[in-house]
Amino acid sequence: MDILRTPTDLAQRGHGGVGESASRPDGVLKVTGEFAYASDLWARDMLWGHTLRSPHAHAEIVSVDTTEALSVPGVHAVLTHADLPAATHYGLEIPDQPVLAGDVVRYHGEPVALVAADHPETARRAAARIRVEYAELPLVTDESTATAPGAPVLHPNRSDHYADRVPHPNVVHHQPVRRGDLAAAKARAEVVVTGEYELGMQDQAPLGPESGLAVPAEDGGVDLYVATQWLHVDREQLAPVLGLPRELVRLTLSGVGGAFGAREDLSMQAHACLLALRTGRPVKMVYSRDESFVGHVHRHPARLRYEHGATRDGRLVYVRGRIVLDGGAYASSSPAVVGNAASLGLGPYVCDTVDIEALALYTNNPPCGAMRGFGAVQACFAYESQMDRLAAELGMDPVSLRQLNAMSQGATMPTGQPVDAPAPVAELLRLVRDRPLPPPRQWETAVGTGTGFDLRALPGGLSNTTRGEGVVRGVGYAVGIKNVGFSEGYDDYSTARVRLEVVNGEPVVLVHTAMAEVGQGGVTVQAQIARTELGVAKVVLHPADTRVGSAGSTSASRQTYMTGGAVRNTCLLVREEVLRLGRERLGDTHPGWRGDGLWLRDGAVVTAGGEVLADLAQVLGDDVIDLEREFRHRPTEPLDPENGQGFGHVQYSFCAHRAVVEVDAELGLVKVVELAAAQDVGRAMNPQAVVGQIHGGSVQGLGLAVMEEIVVADGARVRNPSFTDYLIPTILDTPTMPVDVLELADEHAPYGLRGIGEAPTLSSTPAVVAAIRAATGLALRRVPVRPEHLTGT
Amino acid sequence: MEFLRPADWTEALAAKAAHPSAVPIAGGTDVMVEINFGLRRPDALIDLNRIVELREWEVGADTVRLGAAVPYSRIIDELPTELPGLALAAHTVGSPQIRNRGGVGGNLGAASPAGDSHPPLLAAGAEVEVASVRGTRRIPVEEFYTGVKRNALAPDELIRCVHIKRADGPQQFSKVGTRNAMVIAVCAFGLALHPATRTVGTGLGSVAPTPVRAGAAERFLEQALDEAGLWDSGGVVPPAVAGKFADLVVAAANPIDDVRGTAGYRRHALAVLARRTLDWVWDEYRGKEWGRACA
Repeated sequence: MDILRTPTDLAQRGHGGVGESASRPDGVLKVTGEFAYASDLWARDMLWGHTLRSPHAHAEIVSVDTTEALSVPGVHAVLTHADLPAATHYGLEIPDQPVLAGDVVRYHGEPVALVAADHPETARRAAARIRVEYAELPLVTDESTATAPGAPVLHPNRSDHYADRVPHPNVVHHQPVRRGDLAAAKARAEVVVTGEYELGMQDQAPLGPESGLAVPAEDGGVDLYVATQWLHVDREQLAPVLGLPRELVRLTLSGVGGAFGAREDLSMQAHACLLALRTGRPVKMVYSRDESFVGHVHRHPARLRYEHGATRDGRLVYVRGRIVLDGGAYASSSPAVVGNAASLGLGPYVCDTVDIEALALYTNNPPCGAMRGFGAVQACFAYESQMDRLAAELGMDPVSLRQLNAMSQGATMPTGQPVDAPAPVAELLRLVRDRPLPPPRQWETAVGTGTGFDLRALPGGLSNTTRGEGVVRGVGYAVGIKNVGFSEGYDDYSTARVRLEVVNGEPVVLVHTAMAEVGQGGVTVQAQIARTELGVAKVVLHPADTRVGSAGSTSASRQTYMTGGAVRNTCLLVREEVLRLGRERLGDTHPGWRGDGLWLRDGAVVTAGGEVLADLAQVLGDDVIDLEREFRHRPTEPLDPENGQGFGHVQYSFCAHRAVVEVDAELGLVKVVELAAAQDVGRAMNPQAVVGQIHGGSVQGLGLAVMEEIVVADGARVRNPSFTDYLIPTILDTPTMPVDVLELADEHAPYGLRGIGEAPTLSSTPAVVAAIRAATGLALRRVPVRPEHLTGT
Repeated sequence: MEFLRPADWTEALAAKAAHPSAVPIAGGTDVMVEINFGLRRPDALIDLNRIVELREWEVGADTVRLGAAVPYSRIIDELPTELPGLALAAHTVGSPQIRNRGGVGGNLGAASPAGDSHPPLLAAGAEVEVASVRGTRRIPVEEFYTGVKRNALAPDELIRCVHIKRADGPQQFSKVGTRNAMVIAVCAFGLALHPATRTVGTGLGSVAPTPVRAGAAERFLEQALDEAGLWDSGGVVPPAVAGKFADLVVAAANPIDDVRGTAGYRRHALAVLARRTLDWVWDEYRGKEWGRACA
């Protein structure tokens, strides 16, 4: 094997330190189509892997016959459950998911067998010749069927640590959060509103399908090049499945075409490695688009019931909530999603009496797990809808009601955790409310079409459905709260290796982490931090791989905090070493070496006052400083299983939205005209990237509000696994998105920064729906809102 | 899979005669999707991209001869006056990339009830010119669609062009989808006024197994306009007439529930589109005095 398209070199040629909008090293490559994604991987003599998947959502596998498939010319291996060499199951937290289905399949699209062949079409045709006999079993698809007497138990004999305390074996995890005296509070409440809400199944819809290349190594191990969110957790799950010690399972990050949570679970990783080890040849796997839609987890669909009690003047007295999440066939990250939904289920408000429970079900629907917002999205749609209902009931302005109850620094969460960093919830609401509204009937003022109106500014767009007939405007608000980092006592850390040396007289920094760059811009920020802390212009980023310690997951809005923190931490240790060497070697040459506050700037050691003491070449000579260190955020605690009390979260992130929509009420079509956001980011490490994240999260939330849904029907099968029918917003669906950024430092975090990637996804959805409600007067309890809901048809 | 590349129309017909199961491909915006999804695995493809005449159009006295592979983007740019309904429909096809590749021949070949070209062709009046080594024939477009994704082509025939009546009056096309661009029709409606003959044409998409005309609606409207003397007076169409017209349009539909929408919504939306497009074409007729004898 001599040629391999490895990830595009991300040596940082640009400039810019912390707080500057340094340009992305991968930006131009991606826009011009030059960036090598995981689907572009290639190795000489490689085979192509293909997955045979279950056509049924719940069935016993009676028999599997691979004879015919093996006889297809060009086929090198066919693997089934019986061929698995070691561990047969895996999972992020609970290893309940079969590598290949054994006796039973539990969801539509579950992997049953694998083929490796010399051409992808040959592999596909051979897979079609594997004879699998199924005997269909009764389906479990929602709470009532999952917990009915005599319901099929999808995972009998559970031994996971939630098994003993769940109310039913088809409940993955159940978390109550209880605080205050509910009976007393109910007696005090003067106004009560209740509501039931539902969210459909959203998909992360990353543009890059699941892809990777597994290469068998001479030492009996395997090298896997893959698009993932967390190299080391993939390895933790792969090694037992492959029956290899973990040091023989080596991963390198390949070009990732978006993630949003879809790449937290294993997809093709174990399959490609198994085929490579079996055949002794490199094996590439690339999912097709329809396969991708069944080959990764989705956002949990949810049903929520809320009851808000308040005084006449609008103070929340108590909040009750019940959040039922559909986890699908396997656990994935359902337990952590439950923890988030329960602990964040009140929203960014103050209320002394809270009784919220969240649970996730095992069903025969597609498995659900991580997606941007992670349990907080579902809760936010419901609690913000409730705040609007409460405002209407009280005759109050919905923003004023929210501001009246908004939390601020010093508040106590329903978990009992103190909010010990800025929480400018009322201010964020004020910022979006005080913006001037976009002018009405913009389709009439738009120029250029010669018709006197611009279809692009109307609901329906170029489909030419209205010239203003039936169009009504509405404005809606929402605000949300998201946790940052891994919670509930998880030992969450990241590792950074930093190497400083002088090459041809020029100091060069190498930053080596295992952080998955999935498009968030982490590589840009890492280089900015290294430039700032070490005063060196030339920063080279080593490809992310498992030769360095874990960086943790690129999820939970955590990488700038965690791997950014790790890079900073290691850089500071490298700086100390530079200063130690300098004092040792040059300390006698200038009294400034004995002073405090020495730092590095423009490739030199300078005094606190900025006087140059020596350049780095003088200090280092031929020596190399090469350090690798772990960085941890402050510890958290598990939530109490009975009442959810505990110091559960690291940090909170807040965003508010105002949506302005125009609805063609007769046809039920929606045009979001403007979606304004305000977010506290602690410190804008890269202001352009910050606004990009807020825009992206806002649009993903808009998609959930009006179009994005995986339709599961006809025997729990995915009915729309394509971009033809799983609709995501186009540029014509994307509104103007003005953004206000606050920078209120969190003293617990590096640079005072706050994780930002998820919060804008929360409030966007309820703000858009609130605006549609305002325009139409309809109750709208479910997202995505469909034309049928708006027209009563 | 064989990939045949005829250099001209004669070679293409010979190739189709020799490989009746071969699938013709021009822009590939339908065929490649089906292949990529594994829905179709033809033994052979006939690449029509070397045949220049398929990408040519010609405006005659009464009709436009539109080559099967003239891309939608050129229909929009080059024929907006002659074929306004089709140009409006072309605007709604996919993305700019798709509009640069796809053409009406592909829509007709696929014969999907959701094809965006069908309603304006039905409304304007058109004939599909098909050919084989046996000869050439013209099929009125309303007879071309024979079932869900089925058409009147014989196995050895290829679509050469479409003869579409030049607009002699206002035309409109509206389509409902659940996003504001790049969307498959939940339902679509095309309407054409023909002041010279005092007739109207309709075309309905995505609301029946095939694209259809609403014949009863057309006759009702023609009669109502005639009886009230509206063609001559340019007077306003009474709401009751518009309402009845919309009801009759809906009566011609036979929609289903699917992932894109419910049958009930399709009926409802179709009625709205029928009323609105009637408003728009009639406003234009009154304003522009399309062939109106006395103003």
